Amino acid sequence: MSPRGRSAVRRLVHPVAWWAWAVALAAAAMRTTNPLILGAIVAVTAYVVVARRGTAAWGRAYGSFLRLAAVLVVFRVLFIAVFGVRVPGEVLVTLPSVQLPSWAAGITIGGPVTVELLLGALYDGMRLGTLVVCVGAANALASPYRLLRSLPAALYEAGVVVTVALAFAPQAVVSLGQVRETRRLRGRPDRGLRSVRGLALPVLEGGLERSVALAASMDARGFGRQGALPPAARRLTALATAVGLLAFCVGLYGLLDAGAPRALGLPVLGAGAVLVAGVLFARGRATRRTRYRPDPWLAPEWSTVAGGVAALLAVIVVARLDPGVLAPSVVPLEVPQLPPLVAVGLLAALTPAWLTPAPPDDAAAAVVGSDAAPASEALAA
Amino acid sequence: MIEFRNVTFTYPDADAPTLDRLDLVIPEGELCLVVGRTGAGKSTLLRAVNGLVPRFTGGRLAGDVLVQGRCTRDLPPRELADVVGLVGQDPAAGFVADTVEDELAYVMENLGVAPDAMRRRVEDVLDLLSLHAVRHRSLATLSGGQQQRVAIASVLTASPRVLVLDEPTSALDPASAEEVLAALTRLVHDLGITALVAEHRLERVLPYADRVLWLPGGGDPAELGEPARVMARTPVAPPVVALGRLVGWDPLPLSVRDARRQAAGLRDRLVGQAPPVSVRPAGATIATTSRLCAGYGRDVVLRDVELHVHRGEVVAVMGRNGAGKSTLLAQLVGLRAPLSGRVEVDGEAPHDLTPARAVRLVGLVPQDPSLLLLRDRVDTECSGADHDAGLPAGTTFALLGELVGEVDPAAHPRDLSEGQRLGLALAVVLAAAPPLVLLDEPTRGLDYGAKDRLVAVLARLAADGHAVVLATHDVEVVARVADRVVVLADGEVVADGPAREVVVHSPVFAPQVAKVLHPEPWLTVDEVEQALAGVA
Repeated sequence: MSPRGRSAVRRLVHPVAWWAWAVALAAAAMRTTNPLILGAIVAVTAYVVVARRGTAAWGRAYGSFLRLAAVLVVFRVLFIAVFGVRVPGEVLVTLPSVQLPSWAAGITIGGPVTVELLLGALYDGMRLGTLVVCVGAANALASPYRLLRSLPAALYEAGVVVTVALAFAPQAVVSLGQVRETRRLRGRPDRGLRSVRGLALPVLEGGLERSVALAASMDARGFGRQGALPPAARRLTALATAVGLLAFCVGLYGLLDAGAPRALGLPVLGAGAVLVAGVLFARGRATRRTRYRPDPWLAPEWSTVAGGVAALLAVIVVARLDPGVLAPSVVPLEVPQLPPLVAVGLLAALTPAWLTPAPPDDAAAAVVGSDAAPASEALAA
Repeated sequence: MIEFRNVTFTYPDADAPTLDRLDLVIPEGELCLVVGRTGAGKSTLLRAVNGLVPRFTGGRLAGDVLVQGRCTRDLPPRELADVVGLVGQDPAAGFVADTVEDELAYVMENLGVAPDAMRRRVEDVLDLLSLHAVRHRSLATLSGGQQQRVAIASVLTASPRVLVLDEPTSALDPASAEEVLAALTRLVHDLGITALVAEHRLERVLPYADRVLWLPGGGDPAELGEPARVMARTPVAPPVVALGRLVGWDPLPLSVRDARRQAAGLRDRLVGQAPPVSVRPAGATIATTSRLCAGYGRDVVLRDVELHVHRGEVVAVMGRNGAGKSTLLAQLVGLRAPLSGRVEVDGEAPHDLTPARAVRLVGLVPQDPSLLLLRDRVDTECSGADHDAGLPAGTTFALLGELVGEVDPAAHPRDLSEGQRLGLALAVVLAAAPPLVLLDEPTRGLDYGAKDRLVAVLARLAADGHAVVLATHDVEVVARVADRVVVLADGEVVADGPAREVVVHSPVFAPQVAKVLHPEPWLTVDEVEQALAGVA
């Protein structure tokens, strides 16, 4: 084993390992509405992120995702309180109700808001929020650049779309900070609800301009150089890659979403994987790309993936043994339980906080980083 | 090495071509400096060399651009990456990787260089640009000079034969600029690289140039030739050239060293004369900081800063990249709260004021003035500012006209020239008539003409009783407009005094005229011209 493999030496853990860990946790979250399990998953990601996040700009993505998740939960609860199908139970407040005419599907808006209604909405919102938090954890733990680099050469072009999209979030946060400063300099409110109005366009514009500048720089430095493939073969492999990846994603969705038809899971996933693998083999020989200091995949990477998968397996097993505990009923109201097996699985998911090497120290990182921190507060506003 | 054959380029929706029937050949191993006014097409020319123009901009390119015999018409920029290395105006915007080493390796990974060759080349380039000390650092933590050198290094690892640099020293303090230029000359002299450099700060790059390409813009033919010959007639000229023209030196001096050799006679003529003393009387104190400490979290950027700014004076804040200049301005305008100590503008702490109240006391024009602009038309921008400040409609637009002359009211602020955009931002800030006006690096991207107008505007603001504080690296503008210079180093004030006293004896901050006429305390060509007129 090389000295880089020992966890005493500071290095970045392989980005794919972090993504696998986070996706496994997200998949676990998708299978339950139990607020205790969801809360525990968020706590696990928070602890690991605080212990092992990177020092670069992307290392601060987690906070923004956390705020976004909170906003999603609040919106979900408010939305259900107003538009949701009424649930009997303890009435907290009665909203004025409007019966829409039958041509508008005869929906009732408003009406009595019960504890059960709000709790149901809360559980549902927490599931979505936890998913967002898991993606945020992966963003803060894995360098988007290193993730792109670890992709096989033939997938590189498809990968860059995803990577630029991932890099867009931190760039938009920087852009948000600038726009807020601008508003203060122009004498407009920079805090509170009123400041949110008119933010979206400049923030998107700023983020987009950065992305285009980045694309130009990448192109000027040889990104996407073609191998010796003839144009027809190039088009064919590009098409096959796209179809294969699409099938792969649909299959993954089928596998992760418990409600999806069974045929959508493994078979489609397998077909997609075979197609992509074929293209990889065909193009891997034609495309010339090399790697500088490839990220090693050693024991810490394996343990990280194992931790995430353990949590997912625990949830799947509990779903077989005792499905009720994963979806605690709100009518009648029931106290949610944390099954011991899931608790053990989540503890396994927590182990990367100790079993992986710490990221390289960058003493000066905090200076530049602090600019982005106040910017993210606007999300909370 | 680089050949433009009858190249005409027109941006989409533009009436006139930006590059007009350009015919030129730049031979191998030369450092060619592109000189021209703002908007003359310098960046367009540079980005056409590897085909980013027109492939990333749109527009119509007629004629052929050839680099080492390869034509950009047939090959996209990525296929030219092994021949042309291009570094844009904002190097940080183009960074792909997280750390210095990875950034250097990026182009080689794309070119498919073998791993052991990659390791060797990374080491070589780290040494060549003196970056080995920061090789593992995160890119975001580097200083401006280091970032610029990393950007150059990140294209050099592909061993290109042509290096294209757009304003490589504009954002840098004088010392960092020297660092970058020293690295550049080494590449041209030792490795025989052909370099094409555009730069507004001619005083920095001209001494190193083998050849100058003058782009007049506006349809007039470009001119390529010996620096001394071309610079004799161009309307943009650094102070040392302007001084040489004024006194009639032949050959025309391009560097301080050339000029000093011929300046003995001039120094004798000026003996017994004193430069005019600034007649601007300082008024009441408008802004004060006392024992101000500021920073981000645990990192203290400013330490115990004591500063008094008076109405009617222009104060220049100078210092290295990262010395705390922008932080000081952010404190004065109230963007950040102090860690300890006090900031007062007109007796109030700017950070505690509501934004609407703060803009009536202090206005800031940020480094990138377009950040301040919110609308997509000049006239709506101006009427928005009128509305915010509660002014009658048209006030800001009239002010804009006074600052920079006629501006198309329907234009998008992005499409204005740098000078006009700066003027627009300044007009928007001045609409609320704040007694304290702050400018961060206002001369970046401005040609000498635009700087002249900026100097006139600042002088008028001071005469009207505004206090002006500008953070800048531009010693020539400081020499012309500042009454007082404050030098920051590592967050502490190391010098605070009348501009002439502070800059004349500093080897770093002295303007060219002061260096040429040392030890006589002259700062600008205008002063010398007036003194000579007095003698005659």
